[in-house]
Amino acid sequence: MGAAWVYAEMVGGHVHESAAELLTIARSLGAEVAAIALGPGATDAAAELGAHGAATVYASDDEVFSGFAGGPQTFAVAGLIEEHRPSIVLFPGTYEGRDVAGRLQARTGSTLMANAIDVVGTDRARTEIFGGMKVVDVQLAGPEPHLVLVRPRSVTPARTDGTAQVVAVPAEIPEAERGARLLERHEEVASGPKLEEAKVVVSGGRGLGGPEAFAMLDALAEAIGGAAVGASRAAVDAGWVPYSYQIGQTGKTVKPEVYIAAGISGALQHIVGMKGAKRIVAINKDADAPILKMADLGVVGDVFQVIPALTEEIRRRTSS
Amino acid sequence: MNVVVCTKYVPNPQGTPTLGPDNLLVRSDVEGALDPGDEYGLELALQLVERHGGEITAISMGPDEALAGVQRALAMGAHRGVLITDPALRGADALVTARVLAAAVQRQPAELVIAGVESTDGYTGTVPVTVAALLGYASVTAVRALELEGDALRVERQTEGGYDVFACPTPALVTVTAGATEPRYPSLKGIMQAKQKPLERLTAADLGLTAEDLRSTQTVVEVVDAAAKGGGEIVQGDAAVARIVELLAEAKVI
Repeated sequence: MGAAWVYAEMVGGHVHESAAELLTIARSLGAEVAAIALGPGATDAAAELGAHGAATVYASDDEVFSGFAGGPQTFAVAGLIEEHRPSIVLFPGTYEGRDVAGRLQARTGSTLMANAIDVVGTDRARTEIFGGMKVVDVQLAGPEPHLVLVRPRSVTPARTDGTAQVVAVPAEIPEAERGARLLERHEEVASGPKLEEAKVVVSGGRGLGGPEAFAMLDALAEAIGGAAVGASRAAVDAGWVPYSYQIGQTGKTVKPEVYIAAGISGALQHIVGMKGAKRIVAINKDADAPILKMADLGVVGDVFQVIPALTEEIRRRTSS
Repeated sequence: MNVVVCTKYVPNPQGTPTLGPDNLLVRSDVEGALDPGDEYGLELALQLVERHGGEITAISMGPDEALAGVQRALAMGAHRGVLITDPALRGADALVTARVLAAAVQRQPAELVIAGVESTDGYTGTVPVTVAALLGYASVTAVRALELEGDALRVERQTEGGYDVFACPTPALVTVTAGATEPRYPSLKGIMQAKQKPLERLTAADLGLTAEDLRSTQTVVEVVDAAAKGGGEIVQGDAAVARIVELLAEAKVI
């Protein structure tokens, strides 16, 4: 069996948290484990990657890897695969992970499995369908390496406290392989706790009717303290809140102590991102909304009455 | 500029999906629709050709039912439609699908290919970039706005905490996020005109693809029901607020 590799995505000079999760899965396969880290900060990230089980880190700090839309990474990874012939490469199910794995597939002719939640062997991966109602095992065939995109936060990362040998990756990327060039970056500054780390997530959907209603959720989150506000895809698609709020298949996966869904019907796309919450509270005026069937506490009622009353009651409790 | 828009006919996203005995998603006799995610890309394509001239070809791979999706694209304003239907493509994986779409794109000159970020039924989200790489095109995914500047595109890509701006050489492929723009509804005139527009039906062989090109490399070998979560408590009316507060207190978050 060849090695199990992990694509360690670099974001803003740091390694993405998914890398430790992917390394934890890669180690379970019993193969030699290596990571690929491309972009500024990659060499420094090797310590962290080694501590999670990478014996080797193929790294380059070159800015060519952060200045284009995935072209240079694809070219470099394809070169490494050609040289070292791993059996499997795990990618994070992020935009960049999908871009690099998708373009790579055209070069290698390898199978590419998306949305995996675990990898059982170098030729077998696991996924969930229908919003997590069914667990499906998929046999992977065709030329190696098999490419697997793993949903972020599918496993809990475990440390090995090992150290990795760093192997430099050449950064000479032919012009024709570079693709679209990054011109500008715009960051919208978010306030409050991060969605993925908050103990309580208050989330709004189509039932809120418009962007103004999110102020009501902000007030509830503030009354609870340390709570973050999220949204369903419907609310994001409608332009009421930015994409950074989105929870679900296409957005973030959250696992808070309590998840409060306000005016969210419970499309499968959304459930995938929040079903790991310890306790789920759903408020919906439609008694048949699917989310009420999976909630620990389902409230059939008007969010515009329940949320402000709840906020008021929590404020009263905490101030007394 | 000529634009190809990749579209998919998907089971109604509000419906209850089922698996057949072959472990493939049941697509026949299921109420379906043009993937809502594709309408945003189509709308951006329509706006581009309205400003710069050119034609839009809507292409799709799917069973006979998928004709309704291509017709919807034509009714919205696409100039020509292509539907690839072949029993050999049932259960096609991402790479096979990308080969089919890439071969279909190559049949007409286009400076730009547009697709949705991911389909509403499969959520794979990799087929478009694989199509781009097979064709040797540059690609940018999760695009929320684009403008033609000379021979290149200036595109805004949605990111976790904001957006990035890229200069993308053509020919290019972009995937468009939902919410990028408000898709138009087909007018009655559009629906009538759609019936007169050219619509080609092709098989995999028509695209020059061999049995080897169509071999899927993924097989579902086991399907297990996830541990069912029992329904919880349902409350209404005045009791609701007190119960939520109790639950928050139990969870020690207030």
